[in-house]
Amino acid sequence: MKLALVRFLPVDTDFPFIKGRVAAFVLSLLLMLASAGAFMGMGLNFGIDFRGGTLIEIGTDGPADLSAIRTELDRLQIGDVQVQEFGSDDAVLIRVETLDQAGGEAVFQRAQELGLTLPDQRIRDGVEDDEAAQQVTREAIQASLDSAFSDIEYRRVEVVGPQVSGELVVAGAMAVLIALFLMLVYIWFRFEWQYSVGAVLALAHDVIATIGFFAVTQLEFNLSTIAAILTIVGYSMNDTVVVYDRIREKFRKYKTKPTAEVLNLAINKTLSRTILTSGTTLVAIIAMAFIGGPALQGFALALIWGVAIGTYSSIFVAAPLLTLTGVRRESGEEGEGALVDNAP
Amino acid sequence: MLYFSTWKTGLIAAVCLIGFLFTLPNFVPASERLDAAGEPVGIWRVLPHNSINLGLDLRGGSHLVFEVDMEGVREERLSNLAEDVRAAFRQDPPILSAPPAVVNGQVVARLSRPEDLERALERLDEINEPVTNAAGQQTLQDTLNIERGEDGRTVRLTITEAAFESIRQRTVTQSIEVIRRRIDSTGTTEPTIARQGEDRVLVQVPGESDPQRIIELVGTTARMTFHMVEANVDPGPDGQARTPPGVSILSTERPGEPYLAIQTRPLITGEQLVSASQSFDQSGQPAVSFRFNQSGSLAFGDATAQNVGRRFAIVLDDSIISAPNIRSPILGGSGIIEGGFTVQSASDLANMLNAGALPAELSPIEQRTVGPGLGQDSIDRGQTAIVIGFSLVIVFMLLAYGFFGLVSTAALVVNVALLLGALSGLQATLTLPGIAGIILTIGMAVDANVLIFERVREEYRLGRTVANALETGYSRALSAILDANITTFIAAAVLYMIGAGPVRGFAVTLGIGILTSVFTAFVFSRLLIAIWLRVSRPKTLAM
Repeated sequence: MKLALVRFLPVDTDFPFIKGRVAAFVLSLLLMLASAGAFMGMGLNFGIDFRGGTLIEIGTDGPADLSAIRTELDRLQIGDVQVQEFGSDDAVLIRVETLDQAGGEAVFQRAQELGLTLPDQRIRDGVEDDEAAQQVTREAIQASLDSAFSDIEYRRVEVVGPQVSGELVVAGAMAVLIALFLMLVYIWFRFEWQYSVGAVLALAHDVIATIGFFAVTQLEFNLSTIAAILTIVGYSMNDTVVVYDRIREKFRKYKTKPTAEVLNLAINKTLSRTILTSGTTLVAIIAMAFIGGPALQGFALALIWGVAIGTYSSIFVAAPLLTLTGVRRESGEEGEGALVDNAP
Repeated sequence: MLYFSTWKTGLIAAVCLIGFLFTLPNFVPASERLDAAGEPVGIWRVLPHNSINLGLDLRGGSHLVFEVDMEGVREERLSNLAEDVRAAFRQDPPILSAPPAVVNGQVVARLSRPEDLERALERLDEINEPVTNAAGQQTLQDTLNIERGEDGRTVRLTITEAAFESIRQRTVTQSIEVIRRRIDSTGTTEPTIARQGEDRVLVQVPGESDPQRIIELVGTTARMTFHMVEANVDPGPDGQARTPPGVSILSTERPGEPYLAIQTRPLITGEQLVSASQSFDQSGQPAVSFRFNQSGSLAFGDATAQNVGRRFAIVLDDSIISAPNIRSPILGGSGIIEGGFTVQSASDLANMLNAGALPAELSPIEQRTVGPGLGQDSIDRGQTAIVIGFSLVIVFMLLAYGFFGLVSTAALVVNVALLLGALSGLQATLTLPGIAGIILTIGMAVDANVLIFERVREEYRLGRTVANALETGYSRALSAILDANITTFIAAAVLYMIGAGPVRGFAVTLGIGILTSVFTAFVFSRLLIAIWLRVSRPKTLAM
């Protein structure tokens, strides 16, 4: 018990968060506009899950010769082929856009001219449809690499047809909307509608800001990103609920204090918890970003951004919004013993 | 809040112990837990012996989604229906009509004489059978929708939705059975073959790093037929020559003879095959030998006896794989197919013939394959990230809360044990995003403890006694902890329901992690605090 504890914050803070709400709203609005602008202007770097196409990760014995691989693949004249290093110099990521039937047919012809044998029996009479085109592309790339290099290990091969990728886009968007809706209902049920509107607006703020983050950084936007967004939604909601819970409690206790003062008090009372939890969460995610390898890095970076933005939005968006939605002071059951007891 | 009866204490200790026991197998190599047949040995017979079930992205393997070509099935059904209509009209006394044809998903037949219309509808009613449902029972719905055209002499037939739905069910179910037989026959361990959505089939094969093999096993319809070769018809250099009725041109796999003309009507179909196996021909090349059933043997014997000196073609999925000369009648009902096979492809073909033909064409629409090296690499990195994240969080908590940090460290250890134990016990699948879920849980799990400790600090500063501050802190933090975790749980549940594959693994670990962290913070750490209170009776709190 003699341990000198690190205080992250002074004991009783009294920062005027609510006073700064206009500035915070302006800042958030600018952030939303910037996100929308980045989304429109730069677009998202959709991964194979949502865009379809072919992704091949290969490992080589020594450092990979990217230009030799590019030259080899150029012979197939597939169109847009990206060849890049992935995580280390002996790992290469090859990405190819979705091809349509005609594109697949062209690749097939080209592979025949180059004397590559494609193993699939069903394409020997030509490429039947758009789905088969992706299949041909994968086979042609593998046949071409195998013919030119002897030390290639296929670490990961993914082919997503246009039909599946279209469905994944819809499912991803649905997942986010359904989660937001369910939270709206839950908060409405547990608190009051004014709280649930505030909380969901704050969540929408986080989702939009995260999409903006992906547009600006051009990090790959894939299925894990949807998982990251939902996690951010969950995390930010977690934070918001803690603040709201305290606001509700303080409203019951101080029946005559002005709303803005009560909100401010609740935020300050929960501030050190907010910072500590964000701290431990960030520490864990940063470990994931640096050590988890290239496959988890994008996910971890999204979460780092999300924890920051979610913490900000609970304090500066969700709570101050209650001054606008006109939260009812008498809310909740009067005199809930344990909550309004003799504390000074 | 801080009093625990003995049985409650025992119960909490039991839950933690069970969590540790279920986690234990993950730290003992499989060779010490299980014998060659996968049965537990020694002490593991009484202890939980399952380690965490790794997803394909961690253990390596192939994940493929195939789509059953129901449009092709519909077309085939319609052309069979046109054939049935023709046969129905041909019965005595015949009804004259233009040949029934498939037009825009309908079979259309234009009668030569309008006065035959009623008679035609009566005949068609006879081929209109009730729909058979999945349980094999007849329902009240018709398979066909029969309409008369405005001109008073045309009949139009469509397959009803109910009938097509029943066809769809049967086609997909049969496809899954055939695929299972084919994949099982390759000796693969633990394949997953399941229906996905309306007309898709998911095939997961752990350890298979060559998706091509599975695509060939599943994507080959394996409809085998035997036809006579029409030596008098020249297929032309590109197979586009005009053919007399009843003759078709198919491509072959034989070098120097790209196309052959054959009689469209098969002598025998693959349904008459009873067994096939990989063997070798006289020159030692891999081949497939097969045997017909009784009626197949008779038909094959007759056909070969009548056609000595001519060639017949063995057709597999619209391609001629072999076209041998008939030197003498083949009476025993068995034969051999030579067709430039490797041992692998010959045994695959034999397996497919044994497993039966697929009722429809299946094509891959999604495939994800992870090699064994990458999987192990991901596991190693994931483990390191978990250990380092875990240590950093512990350091952070000790610095912030001292003794209470120690309590939450103990809670965190139990939390991770319960989480890993639950994953092992439930045999949930751990994926790479699932590892991310564990790391995230470690970061967020202390939240409940932080909420409580902050609240306790606050109450203590308000002048309460230590015991009273702890008591109030716990009870006041409860509603925030519950609400906050339920909302995160909602996000995890939605992700589980809608997410696909690996992302589902993330939802599973996140969801279980929320449950275990609420338990450890609110039950386990509270018990530790209660014991500490009783034992050391502190007068002050260093917070």
